[in-house]
Amino acid sequence: MVKRENTRTPVSQQPHIVDKPADTATIGGTISVEINEKKVTVPLGTTILEACRQNQIHIPTLCHHPDLCIAGVCRICVVDVEGMRTLQTACSFPITSPIKIRTSTPMVRKARRHIIDLLLSEHYGECYSCFRNGNCELQSLAKEYGVDSYTFGHVEKPRYEVDNSSASVIRDMSKCILCKRCVRTCIDLQEVGVLEAINRGHETHIGTFLDKPLADVICINCGQCINRCPTAALRANDPSDEIWAAIDDPQKHVVIQTAPSPRAAIGEEFGVEPGHSFTGELNTALKRIGFDKVFDTNFTADLTIIEEGTELLNRLKKAIVEKDESVKLPQFTSCSPGWVKFIEHFYPEYLDYLSTAKSPQQMFGAITKTFYAKEAGVDPADIVTVALMPCAAKKFECNRPEMNDSGFKDVDYGLTTREMAKMIKEAGIHLPEMPKSNFDDPFGEASGAGLIFGATGGVMEAALRTVYELVTGREVPFKNLVIEPCRGFEGIKQASVKLENCVEEYKFLEGVEVKFAVAHGTANAKKVMEMLRKGELVGYHFVEIMACPGGCLGGGGQPIPTSADIRKKRAEAIYAEEESLPIRKSHENPHVHYIYEKFLTEGPCSKLSHKLLHTHYTKRGKFIS
Amino acid sequence: MEIILEKNKKRTGPVIFSKYNMGEGIKKALELGRENLLFEIKGAGLKGRGGAGFPTATKWMLSAAANAEKKFVVCNADEGEPGTFKDRVLLLEYPELVFEGMVIAGYIIGAKTGIVYLRGEYEYLLEALEEFLMKMREEKLLGKNILGKEAFDFDISIRLGSGAYVCGEETALIESLEGNRGEPRNRPPYPVNTGYLGYPTIVNNVETLASVPHIVTKGGEWFKKYGTDKSTGSKLFSVSGDCAKPGVYELPWGTKIKELLELVGAKNTKAVQVGGASGICIPKTQFDRAFAYEDAATGGSIMVFNEGRDMLKVLKNFLEFFVEESCGQCTPCRVGNTKLLEGVEKIERGEYTFAYISNLKELGHTMQVASKCGLGQSSPNSFISILENFKDEIFRTNGKGRNNGKA
Repeated sequence: MVKRENTRTPVSQQPHIVDKPADTATIGGTISVEINEKKVTVPLGTTILEACRQNQIHIPTLCHHPDLCIAGVCRICVVDVEGMRTLQTACSFPITSPIKIRTSTPMVRKARRHIIDLLLSEHYGECYSCFRNGNCELQSLAKEYGVDSYTFGHVEKPRYEVDNSSASVIRDMSKCILCKRCVRTCIDLQEVGVLEAINRGHETHIGTFLDKPLADVICINCGQCINRCPTAALRANDPSDEIWAAIDDPQKHVVIQTAPSPRAAIGEEFGVEPGHSFTGELNTALKRIGFDKVFDTNFTADLTIIEEGTELLNRLKKAIVEKDESVKLPQFTSCSPGWVKFIEHFYPEYLDYLSTAKSPQQMFGAITKTFYAKEAGVDPADIVTVALMPCAAKKFECNRPEMNDSGFKDVDYGLTTREMAKMIKEAGIHLPEMPKSNFDDPFGEASGAGLIFGATGGVMEAALRTVYELVTGREVPFKNLVIEPCRGFEGIKQASVKLENCVEEYKFLEGVEVKFAVAHGTANAKKVMEMLRKGELVGYHFVEIMACPGGCLGGGGQPIPTSADIRKKRAEAIYAEEESLPIRKSHENPHVHYIYEKFLTEGPCSKLSHKLLHTHYTKRGKFIS
Repeated sequence: MEIILEKNKKRTGPVIFSKYNMGEGIKKALELGRENLLFEIKGAGLKGRGGAGFPTATKWMLSAAANAEKKFVVCNADEGEPGTFKDRVLLLEYPELVFEGMVIAGYIIGAKTGIVYLRGEYEYLLEALEEFLMKMREEKLLGKNILGKEAFDFDISIRLGSGAYVCGEETALIESLEGNRGEPRNRPPYPVNTGYLGYPTIVNNVETLASVPHIVTKGGEWFKKYGTDKSTGSKLFSVSGDCAKPGVYELPWGTKIKELLELVGAKNTKAVQVGGASGICIPKTQFDRAFAYEDAATGGSIMVFNEGRDMLKVLKNFLEFFVEESCGQCTPCRVGNTKLLEGVEKIERGEYTFAYISNLKELGHTMQVASKCGLGQSSPNSFISILENFKDEIFRTNGKGRNNGKA
């Protein structure tokens, strides 16, 4: 019997888990099967697909995705199992008996070809004018199976109107092949549940509640569906034309800030294996494209640590010294716009737990159009701020009506890693060949603490390095500043650090065990919020949540494809780069000191910093008008 | 209403419609015990009456062997196959057979809960059925300690479907029961292990369950006297179409098509669709064939077409049905059926080549082996059999297509 977790996923879309013996060496732990007349031994419950892949036998897949549960709907992976009347889908078939499998019989090949023909007949694919040209799983399959004509015709007109209501995610259902990866991403991986199949038979399509525009439903804009769509049915809202126009306008002063995660992934768009950072090369490329200044978002990540850390210390002081029971603890991070919208929709009653600090992107926008404009002597009305982000939700975030604290739209455009790569290619630049260069002043240097914001647990690690040192006067008691409990891809991580021998100002924290939790992916966020609701987070002080699996490096704007392995390599690239940096604590960033000396003179969480660097939230709830 | 249905029931046969006293089956079952019961049902050779013909005893044995805290017995009363209406007769006139069959099944596999998944269009049966369940509870045939048997509890609830044909497919039915979209699940796992809410579940057709009390009271040997070696017992046929006496007929398996046609008063018959829209179309030349799992298998739907019918229109009607009723999740069924329909429309207009038609037939074969569930696996049957058996009629054109190119 399958043990079911309490998820919203129908059993039809849940993995079939066979009770596997703990030790495959025990009797019955493994099973011998024949694949294409070759005997192989696999652990009981291995799927045919896994067994074939382990033995270098290629099985095409389309609806299957390593991050998602099994659907078994595209049927492209069918294989022949001896003794069974029909073909079986390799992705969903667990091996529990000594079966004989054949992966390339005439019937199998014909079935696969038919399935491709059928999908192509319905897919409004205009490969030349498609952003997934060259990175489309349907296109690759058509090539693999030598499709040279449309056996069953081909649609010539789009069937559905494009939904471009959302600032973040655009849906073009005429290109949808109904693999339901987006549905499984939304319901099962992220537990948001905005997308589901609607209607039946030939009228089936993926839709929202009452087929409303995406902007009007409870989509959190995480864009995880985009990363898993095999075709171009889902894409991010691309502002690159507007950005080119701004670059080409001599009147405009175009400033770009780049987040840590795109650097660790953009190489993939240029054919480089995952796990290589191109920070310096990217800086050069951006300058050559024509950006007037290239800044490092890590600078405002450091600023975020100062502001958010101060806010936390203030909350702790109120709670411990002033015994103020209205203080909300634990404090939740607020850098992930997907998470912010998630809590606004799903847990609006807990918004007070959220730090009021803006995300680094929005802090940067506000600082650029105030402090920087003044320093550089540029009219802020002429400044165009672009943010290179690994994120789809950042596009929505910069368009929030409250994000105009500089007197202008703080961040004009959010640009994804994919869109940036396209612009670089368009400018005739092959990124890996670029010489390296540094970020521009006055925010040239940032700390490693800001850099690790890109991985899940990074904000927590950065904050601990600063808060612990501010409170005790000593470095965090972890070797080489690497706070291991914050690292890795476990869904929810919990740990604590004891504060001892505190400096005079923070004596009230003497002996306090700072308890923290880190979660990534909104499915895990939901678990944490349920813990909070049940009172299981009493005594916790700080919680980091990122909407995307793996944190920002797995963001909805990152290169396609994605998998646990790819995300792990991106994290390794980020952590490796971090260790090579001279400054690794936010509070040691000299530019941060400079801005508090010159501009935010009243210090963190003061009036001016509240105006520019902090925000408020909207109780959205789940009401759909 | 009963009067109308009485008219529907055209012939009572020796098995299903034989004499039965309410409560007998359960009483005898409790005397026999689980193993003897399974032995009787296995000995009777009872196979699923919904159309697929899976051996009932095997299904029950598998779920009886499954180790779980809860198990379920589901009666599939989603009678949705075009042309079948026999379950309605059973439910209204012989509900004791159906419900007692469920109780016995529950006793055998160790389930405490039975669910009837009643076709949405049969909502008008609901009140009478609920009343009947109350009556059974009063007579200790349902509820706690049934007929005084210590620790044998079983009760039945009725749930209504919402009109989707695919929900007659057992795993889609279970999804629908759970409140989800009615979409078939991947197999394995099979419902006997992982069914409703993840618990072992048996899903049986109304007629299968109704056969069980008879087998229990009269014995497997008695049941086997009727029918053929591989198809034991009798079958209810829902006969419709071009005949004088449409209705429900109980006949032993092995009855020949021509015998049935004579019985129902069919004249000038050109074709018989056996097994509903998902079945096969049998031409005059094969009317010697017999209704049996090993020959012309059917869940009971028999449609009779006389010489006046246009077989291409018949086929088009079936395909329109499948295009709409496919659940839409798997590619071969969702897109395949629309392609077959497109093909029929092109034949109507005379816009086809034989290479194209042969491609479509190949596609039909792919659908039969690559679709996720029985719907897509059987929907090309009519396409393949009608184009094969009636090709002279369908492709007889004057060079401009049929009817001068007009549909």
